[in-house]
Amino acid sequence: MAKIQFSLEGKTAIVTGASRGIGKAIALAFADAGADVVVASRTIPDLEKTAEEIRLKGRHALVVKTDISRQQDIESLIEKTVKEFHSIDILVNNAAQLLLMLPSMLRDEGWDKMINTDLRSCFISSREASKVMIKNRRGSIINIGSVAGTMAVPYESAYAVAKAGLIHLTKVMAGELGHYNVRVNSIEVGMVRTKMTEGVWSNPQIAKIFEQGIPMHRISEPEEIAAVALFLASDAASYVTGASICVDGGASLAGFNPDIQGMTLPEQYRIHKESLE
Amino acid sequence: MNSSNMSLKDKVAIITGAGRGIGRSIAVSFAAAGANIIVVDLDMPEIENTVKAAEPNNVRVLGMKTDVTKKEEVDSMAAKVLQTFGTIDILVNNAAIEYYVPLMLMREEGWDKTFDVNVKGYFLCAQAAGKTMIKNNRGIIINFASMAGILADKYSGAYCASKAAIIQFSRSLAGELANHNIRVNCIAPGMVKTRMAAAALKDEETKNRFCGLIPLGRFAEPEEMASVALFLASDASSYITGTTIIVDGGVSISGMNHDESGKTVPAKYKIL
Repeated sequence: MAKIQFSLEGKTAIVTGASRGIGKAIALAFADAGADVVVASRTIPDLEKTAEEIRLKGRHALVVKTDISRQQDIESLIEKTVKEFHSIDILVNNAAQLLLMLPSMLRDEGWDKMINTDLRSCFISSREASKVMIKNRRGSIINIGSVAGTMAVPYESAYAVAKAGLIHLTKVMAGELGHYNVRVNSIEVGMVRTKMTEGVWSNPQIAKIFEQGIPMHRISEPEEIAAVALFLASDAASYVTGASICVDGGASLAGFNPDIQGMTLPEQYRIHKESLE
Repeated sequence: MNSSNMSLKDKVAIITGAGRGIGRSIAVSFAAAGANIIVVDLDMPEIENTVKAAEPNNVRVLGMKTDVTKKEEVDSMAAKVLQTFGTIDILVNNAAIEYYVPLMLMREEGWDKTFDVNVKGYFLCAQAAGKTMIKNNRGIIINFASMAGILADKYSGAYCASKAAIIQFSRSLAGELANHNIRVNCIAPGMVKTRMAAAALKDEETKNRFCGLIPLGRFAEPEEMASVALFLASDASSYITGTTIIVDGGVSISGMNHDESGKTVPAKYKIL
């Protein structure tokens, strides 16, 4: 019974940014669950590798070169999907870019680029895909957001605002599309072991500081995000819409508080006791 | 790590308020996923019904009549579970009561009872089960809050306050137990077809009025809560702790819109 609930048998899914990292993990997890997957990104060689792995699982894969910052690319992606599979059941808006910069150094173009790539593109793809989903009276849109959209971490201004906007867009669209049986949800990721964050986790000293601030004391693997996307795409989440699921190992629980994290309860109590004496 | 694994094979799960409704649905669902189940509730006949419903899954199911507001009973229940099953892997805090009484009319006993069952009960059970989970350095705790812990209903203030308390209790507990490889999360249901929603379901007109406020246009089946609990109990949620998953068909997105005209959202906004 549990297995069946996570089935995507007979479904067609679009995953953007599927050439690597979280997007690739989601595309493969969906294929494992029985879906045919349309993989989109700018880098064809890596995208073809993802498609090949999907086909090895016995599913159909369609490669569509897509730059989500270009509106015509998004529209073409939707068109090609409908032409090939006659349906869109799941859309995962995962492709995104991150610019780490002091607000005083972020130029207009940088701001615009972040908002366009990380927020506007999701709106456009969701709008176009939802037209198909409304017609079929079923669908699931999954937006990959970030805890940067809920916790105001420095140096991420435009990225953080785009992600915060994405979280709210998720809710607004969920309210609009619910009556057509289209669910819209977002996943807020923390630290994931991907190319986007390689500068952090590949440096042992920096990694240690980050891990100390995370209650689970480790960063996540892309597969752990993919499993949540799979849950949201499946019937197990049939009553979940407008939800923002935080997948961050507890990082946003108490704010980034590296002091006490990393200690066992007995140790924490000992230190508190000592500080009172 | 097989993150898409929804199996609970050989796990030992305690579920409170499992005599009916969401609790029973979780017991059956977890049993189907391979877990051994302890059915905790106050009503013996209802406990027995759940045991019967869960047993056919070829797992061990034990019914235990327990008042979760009493520490001695909770500790004694946990001890019996350890004696019988040797461990505790999962705790689902689900038992709850709701009095539909405005705060200004509520009596002291009603307030106390609400917080005793809905908050203290969760705390006592978490302590009892948590001790074993800390020793094993692994465990899952799932707390049931409610959409009422997020949106303030005018007519059940004590219940709303108790459910808001659970959301924060759950987060605090997650922070405390993270170092012991124990994940703690909350589920906040919306309108579900159970006895607690009896007033809303009493006739077609009332039911439709509520449905018009819900983007998905319907009440949930208890199974749609159980599937989320299963997700949180399994490896598929391995990086999730300290969160609340809202499972409400979208009703809390724009607030419980007390324009109870009965019109659906599209009709209100003149869409298609």
